[in-house]
Amino acid sequence: MSKTTNRQAICDTLLEAAKTDKNILVACSDSRGSGSMTQFFETYPKQSVELGIAEQDLVSVSAGLAACGKKVFAVSPACFLSTRSYEQAKVDVAYAETNVTLVGISGGISYGALGMTHHSLQDIAAFSALPGMRVYIPSDRYETAAIVRELLQDEQPAYLRVSRGASEEIYDENTDFSGGAVLVKEGKDVVFVACGELVSRCLHAAELLEQEGISAGVIDAYRVKPLNGELILKAAKGAKLVVTAEEHSPYGGLGSMVAQLFSANDPKKVLELSLPDGHIITGTQEEAFAYYGLTAEGIAESAKRALL
Amino acid sequence: MDELTKKSYRLRRIVIEAVYRASSGHIGGDLSVVDILNVLYNRVMNVSPEKAKDPNRDRFILSKAHCADCLYAVLGEKGYFDLNEYLNTFEKFGSRFIGHTNTAIEGVEMNGGSLGHGLAVGVGMALAAKMDGKSYRTYVVLGDGEMAEGSNYEAMMAAAHYELDNLCATVDLNGLQISGPTKDVMNSAPLGEKFKAFGWNVIEVADGNDCNQLLAAYEQAKTVKGKPTAVIAHTVKGKGVSFMENNAKWHHGVMTKEQYETAVKELEARYE
Repeated sequence: MSKTTNRQAICDTLLEAAKTDKNILVACSDSRGSGSMTQFFETYPKQSVELGIAEQDLVSVSAGLAACGKKVFAVSPACFLSTRSYEQAKVDVAYAETNVTLVGISGGISYGALGMTHHSLQDIAAFSALPGMRVYIPSDRYETAAIVRELLQDEQPAYLRVSRGASEEIYDENTDFSGGAVLVKEGKDVVFVACGELVSRCLHAAELLEQEGISAGVIDAYRVKPLNGELILKAAKGAKLVVTAEEHSPYGGLGSMVAQLFSANDPKKVLELSLPDGHIITGTQEEAFAYYGLTAEGIAESAKRALL
Repeated sequence: MDELTKKSYRLRRIVIEAVYRASSGHIGGDLSVVDILNVLYNRVMNVSPEKAKDPNRDRFILSKAHCADCLYAVLGEKGYFDLNEYLNTFEKFGSRFIGHTNTAIEGVEMNGGSLGHGLAVGVGMALAAKMDGKSYRTYVVLGDGEMAEGSNYEAMMAAAHYELDNLCATVDLNGLQISGPTKDVMNSAPLGEKFKAFGWNVIEVADGNDCNQLLAAYEQAKTVKGKPTAVIAHTVKGKGVSFMENNAKWHHGVMTKEQYETAVKELEARYE
């Protein structure tokens, strides 16, 4: 397990880039601590904007700043950013095509026992439905940093969701993240398509399946929209089963998109693993993942059942 | 009648033409806000078609973006685009002249259509000017019905917090919204007191359809330091067309041929 969280990777990357680019701004809604942005605020106070507990204002003000040439990273808990300020994201960021990256921190169920108000299990569905909005859910810190560097190169809107705790390292400094998805492991019988925290779990599930003679591949679809359909279809060509895994509601997330992809291009069984359409059980992120079968063992078991 | 006031009536005539041809448009609000837009675009703001991309131009956001038809008239009359394209295509199939503001139109700084967004976006623009040490000013125009949107108050708080004396908001206070009098639907009064409580400088304009009163308010606003200014412009919805004045029914109304002809006659009499 890495000691560096993905949110810290975002801050580190922005700290480096801001050395030479004074137009990079970080805007927060009383979220600089939880967003690991305290260091940025202290290092670049003139490139930091605090809006207080006002997520709607955070997003609209960010859009106004971007309309005047700023490259704004609006950092706020994913649960509030994706719903409280959804209309501001729709109108002032996506529709107006402003150079704002909405950074949803403590995404999915990473706030654990804080409960339903703090879960963001509808953000992929919500942001993917906005024309022009790109959606990124990275797995590890190397991927997170690469995404931030890539987003600094263009002026289009994006949503980037990261988890709260440190994520297992899958890659290294030299990994190529240019395609929007990474084929982490090749496999013939089953292909997993996952994003965020579920990528490493699928990788371990694939290893378990290999021990039982089932060839399993893993794709990290970190750019959920637009999805790299070509890479996914190619990797799953000939496979009996595709399994998607995500920290999201069963509706409108990665699973829905992958199912759409295969139904149109290569009809085959797509098993969609996610959190349920209901109140999430009280507990830590790990405890809830275990309860809903989103561990390596649980995922491998679900895949085996679907192969029968 | 002075030239500036005459221009307001010529702009009203343009809006009436566009709205009649489209059989659609927010004519009541257009006629209340037109003097505000006329004064800002033709006397107060440092803007022109030649400066449309100048980083130092003043910024304008029509937060009550359903009055896009009036903004298009002002911009077209100023030469940002061919006025005939607007008159012939407004709200027609495939037109870029949508019923709400969008940046596909030369001179429009921000998309709009959902109320309660413009002031916060304006805060961002004014903040960017402060960060860059630029002297441009940001102007935002809102409606009094729109002041029921809670997001405005988040923006008011931030504008005062950052001491944005380069930001000037105007409320086109015509007292009517789609369902009837604002004081009955959701009373946003007293607006001046609300802005003051949030730390703003407030200028009340007794007749917000009087170009010279508005001009004086905006010139005064430019001298205020350390806080944003709100101009509370007391206007008349439907101003200039007798049967539309102070009638909520004309928030969005379609004119008959007879009504159109009456409106044209009344307006042309004011500037010819």
